[in-house]
Amino acid sequence: MAFFFAQFLTGLANAAALFLVASGLSLIFGVTRIVNFAHGSFYMLGAFIGIVLMDLLPGHVDFWGAILLTGLAVGLIGAVVEMVVLRPIYRAPELFQLVATFGVILVIQDLALMIWGAEDRLGPRAPGLRGVWRIFGEPVPKYDIVLIAITPFILFALWYLIARTRLGVLVRAATQDREMVGALGVNQAWLFTGVFALGSALAGLGGALQLPKGGADLLMDFNIIGAVFVVVVIGGMGSLPGAFIASVLISVLNVFGVTYLPQSTLVLMYVVMAVVLIVRPYGLLGREEVAGEHGQVGAPETPIRPYGPKGMALVAALLTLLALLPAFAEPFVLTLVVDMVVFALFAASLHFILGSGGLVSFGHAAFFGGGAYAAALLVYHTGTPMELAFLFAPLAAGLLALGIGWFCIRLTGVYFAMLTLAFSQLVWSLAFQWRSVTRGDDGLVNIWPADWLNGSVPYYYFALAFGVGGILFLRHVIHAPFGYALRAGRDSPRQAEATGIDVKRVQFVAFALAGAMAGLAGGIFVFSKGSVFPTELEIAKSFDALIVVFLGGVKTLAGGVVGASFMTVVEDWLVRLEYWRLLLGLVIIAVVIVMPEGIVGTLRTLWRRIRHSDEEAV
Amino acid sequence: MSEILRVENLRKSYDGFLAVNGVSFAVAKGELKALIGPNGAGKSTCFNMLMGQLKPSAGEVYLDGQRITGKRPREIWRRGVGRTFQITGTYQSMSVIENVQMALMSHHKRIFSIAPRAWKLYRDEAFEFLDTVSMADQADRPCSVLAYGDLKRLELAIALCHRPRLLLMDEPTAGMAPSARIELMQLVADIVRDQGVSVLFTEHDMDVVFAHAHHIMVLNRGELIADGSATEVRNNPQVQEVYLGGGTLFKEDANA
Amino acid sequence: MNLMRRTVLATAAALALTPAAAFAQDTIKVGEINHYKRMAAFAEPYRKGIELALSEINADGGVLGKDLEFIFRDDQGDPAEAVKIAEELMTRDGAVMFTGSILSNVGLALSSFANEKKYLYLASEPLADTLVWKSGNPYTFRLRVSTWVQAAMLAEEAAKTDAVTYATIAPNYAYGTDAVEAFKANLKMLKPEVEFVAEQWPALFKIDAGAEVQAIERAKPDAIYNVTFGTDLAKFVREGTDRGLFDGRPVYGLLTGEPEYLEPLEDEAPEGWFVTGFPWYGFEDGTPGKTFVDAYEAFTGETPKIGSLVGYMTAQSIAAAIAKAGATDTEALRMAFEGLEVENTPIGTLHYREIDNQSTLGAWTGTTAVVDGKGVMVDWTYNDPAPYTPSDEDIKAMRPAE
Repeated sequence: MAFFFAQFLTGLANAAALFLVASGLSLIFGVTRIVNFAHGSFYMLGAFIGIVLMDLLPGHVDFWGAILLTGLAVGLIGAVVEMVVLRPIYRAPELFQLVATFGVILVIQDLALMIWGAEDRLGPRAPGLRGVWRIFGEPVPKYDIVLIAITPFILFALWYLIARTRLGVLVRAATQDREMVGALGVNQAWLFTGVFALGSALAGLGGALQLPKGGADLLMDFNIIGAVFVVVVIGGMGSLPGAFIASVLISVLNVFGVTYLPQSTLVLMYVVMAVVLIVRPYGLLGREEVAGEHGQVGAPETPIRPYGPKGMALVAALLTLLALLPAFAEPFVLTLVVDMVVFALFAASLHFILGSGGLVSFGHAAFFGGGAYAAALLVYHTGTPMELAFLFAPLAAGLLALGIGWFCIRLTGVYFAMLTLAFSQLVWSLAFQWRSVTRGDDGLVNIWPADWLNGSVPYYYFALAFGVGGILFLRHVIHAPFGYALRAGRDSPRQAEATGIDVKRVQFVAFALAGAMAGLAGGIFVFSKGSVFPTELEIAKSFDALIVVFLGGVKTLAGGVVGASFMTVVEDWLVRLEYWRLLLGLVIIAVVIVMPEGIVGTLRTLWRRIRHSDEEAV
Repeated sequence: MSEILRVENLRKSYDGFLAVNGVSFAVAKGELKALIGPNGAGKSTCFNMLMGQLKPSAGEVYLDGQRITGKRPREIWRRGVGRTFQITGTYQSMSVIENVQMALMSHHKRIFSIAPRAWKLYRDEAFEFLDTVSMADQADRPCSVLAYGDLKRLELAIALCHRPRLLLMDEPTAGMAPSARIELMQLVADIVRDQGVSVLFTEHDMDVVFAHAHHIMVLNRGELIADGSATEVRNNPQVQEVYLGGGTLFKEDANA
Repeated sequence: MNLMRRTVLATAAALALTPAAAFAQDTIKVGEINHYKRMAAFAEPYRKGIELALSEINADGGVLGKDLEFIFRDDQGDPAEAVKIAEELMTRDGAVMFTGSILSNVGLALSSFANEKKYLYLASEPLADTLVWKSGNPYTFRLRVSTWVQAAMLAEEAAKTDAVTYATIAPNYAYGTDAVEAFKANLKMLKPEVEFVAEQWPALFKIDAGAEVQAIERAKPDAIYNVTFGTDLAKFVREGTDRGLFDGRPVYGLLTGEPEYLEPLEDEAPEGWFVTGFPWYGFEDGTPGKTFVDAYEAFTGETPKIGSLVGYMTAQSIAAAIAKAGATDTEALRMAFEGLEVENTPIGTLHYREIDNQSTLGAWTGTTAVVDGKGVMVDWTYNDPAPYTPSDEDIKAMRPAE
């Protein structure tokens, strides 16, 4: 019993930092509707800045004073980021801002490496709080007790801020109804900046507070962001009490998981999230997101049309060029084009559900990697001929998507996104931990194409045929009744249902189709690289696709393909440089700010404007 | 039986608040019937329960003798009920005619078809529907640039695609110029007459209501306080009480 | 200062991109693929070790009369990206072979790619046993001593005590599981009565140290085997020390003594653990090890890490192989690597075994202590890998037929 209680205390202590970071994220989302992926970066900055300040400050103020100052400093950084990066793009399509925050992550990672170097830093101890107190005979670190004691004060302070101050009134109003804040005559821009700064400060505080239990390192940002999103979603996006309950829930469950199911450490929290979302689609204390509530901002989409003669000629010319490429290009260019085609198909498949269906998936890598694994497993374990195994890739990924979609489709918005993420993590952990079948992260190797395809030129044509074929097929479907029905369900689910369209069913089928196409991309991928590892199922892989779709332009048909090609080329070039993450981050931020409609969307608008002014001139 | 719609004791409560409290009425075949009442009387809630967007707390709805209570909107649509909304719900990313084509694809059960080009499908048929609502000249404009009144007419065309037996129209003329209102309601009246469709509509504009409705129902605080001809309703003291605190002027009172 | 140097490097890298790079045709190029960003703390010293070796080799006239040059590329820790880069290095940049990788999965992807395309790959840092055994192939050689051998060294020491019940803690991925399996197998061989009463598997770099410590304490083991490293190790040591987990219990730590992991712990480094590592500070004057350490400190202004040593020996091995081959085509190099002798390395003469393409680099074992506020290894010895390596028959049975 004493042991049980000690475990519970460990969980509570862990919940402290988690709650601080999560409450910041939740606040930011609640008010600005920004899904801030850079939140982990503020946490990391908090840790590094905390160490620096603790070194600098003299005497008795050094530890606790440094923590408060760190919060202030990180809050300031957050305000700058909000003003420089996010403020220009609030009018961009929903969730577009997350791409910008991804750019911020990359920039902060490299800046931190430049400033603080690569080595891990051990966090200073809190003065006078080294060692343990015995509670019922069990040792409990003193600092744990302090953390447990602090958390309610933080919760109370936040509650006071939200419930009792003018800022709090505005925050609550904005969380409920953004238009109302504008109507109250409040400067929305400064409210957003203030909330973003507050949220960042909380993350920074969290980073500084955990120092006596750990330290600062360059992987902290990614390592916490998953847990933070899980907490915010389980609690209900925008709900502070929800974030508190969820932090405690996750932390305590983790502690018991470590003891009674030591292998569960990778997935436990995602399993919990999936269960919570299936039972309560909007988290424990969240409220339903009404479709379109966050404003269909930005220019409305124009009706789509298949390419006219000029467009067709352009596409044909491009394809001819690709077909002739082996005649004059060096082998590596072919490899690069295969990579590009694979990524373009993967992105196009995500774009299909995201653009036409309005379904933002954070877990699309499950189908890409799923397809790759399906083919690889067949080859590895049964020696199936490559041709057959290859066909199995889209099939298996499609089936997987049917299974996952069945749970996810009933959710909407960010909750849908997070449930897809949870499932993709489950698939990842399966590949990672089921070592007897998948070889874990040793991966499946020696998965090469059949002899007649093994060579850069034959495989190039193979990849081109299936990759481009897949992309064209998806395009065709978008122009077919099914694609129209998918868009109808996105534009006005109410009208669609009232005219006999089963919106959820249409979305379900589209989700499966997108999964199959991602699996096809995975199939092309695995035989081009000869191996597959769980990295292909990682969250990062899902976000690669998400980012290029947004960069290319969500409200365009070519966005995914163009974004993927752009990113493949830019990245291939940039990674040769020392500080490529900094540069890539800046490129992403620049594209986001300069081209809020994405590359294709902005070019199209520009083109129309030019043509229009031409006509006027005539 | 000559009733197309029969509603029995329909009830909806939200957290103890009764939005609709035991409403019963019927709509006859070929009838153009209005449901009026002040803001918050429960008209839209009522409509949403008829069409399946909301589940009633109690009561029954019968379409042509068949029970449709609590069925989903698309099932009710399948049985022959078309609907337009108070706040239009058109497909913003499509052109005007594509909106109609979409409804026709659903009507012809082609939703899951991936072979044909959608914009070529049922185009002529869609034109006819647009023509019915005098929108043919705007067929290829993006839906997102339409004036509000045009959106209302487009929605009517969409609702007609499945050849409904009953049309539910929530504020069909809201946001339109007075002349356009008369035009639209004349159009609806023609449809009722020519195609034998029954129409139940809510409306704020009393001119429209009294000029076109065969019968009028008045809803107040979730309860039906009158159901009858224009004259009967106009002379009903309870209705007068609700509308002008006892005054009699509601002919001139267009947008009360 | 550091920043300046990096900027210069970046500019140099940028220049190398331009077509004008063709002017440097009188060098022999080797591709080096690593996780320079994702695992900067480990990859940077490794790179500096290579740069030191190159400066010495080229000052001595290079190889085959030409300068030896490494092309450093970042693979973001992604196996697929690494394979792409390898292809570019070999087909476009004119590299004669490639090397690199810390992560085992990237090493395995590169190894499979090398075998398929008939390129030569020297796996410098990845530790996975399977790289030279179960998944071994003729085109892959490996420098660093494998997990199995290092775990066997710890098991040998553990078998000497009267501890019977053990708890293990290892990061939840292939390296962690391999390391635990190797320790268990070796220890059971030496002392069949041992029992493993708790196996803890924290997620890599996401350890919940308090909970892990409580879970181990609950099992009341006689001894503990630790495989965690980096930030996980720091947190584990802190919680474990605070909660008295290590009091009166022998602890065996794989890699725990490597400066990469021990240095950041400063005065909180664990004391009395038996570990593998790299006690460069203890090398005596006049030994090849000390010569390397001095040269490295003079060259970089920093103290060496184990990565520095591996990087240095990687460049040495490749230079030796090219010199032995007298040519730079893959087959000649591959034949040269078979049974290659590399003279004058920091550990003396290094040998690449013909049976499994594994080098004879061994490992240092010793006991941790805190001296002058720093964690160090004391009473250390350098161990040759031979006694800890499976028999030739076993290896032949494991390796796919060539």
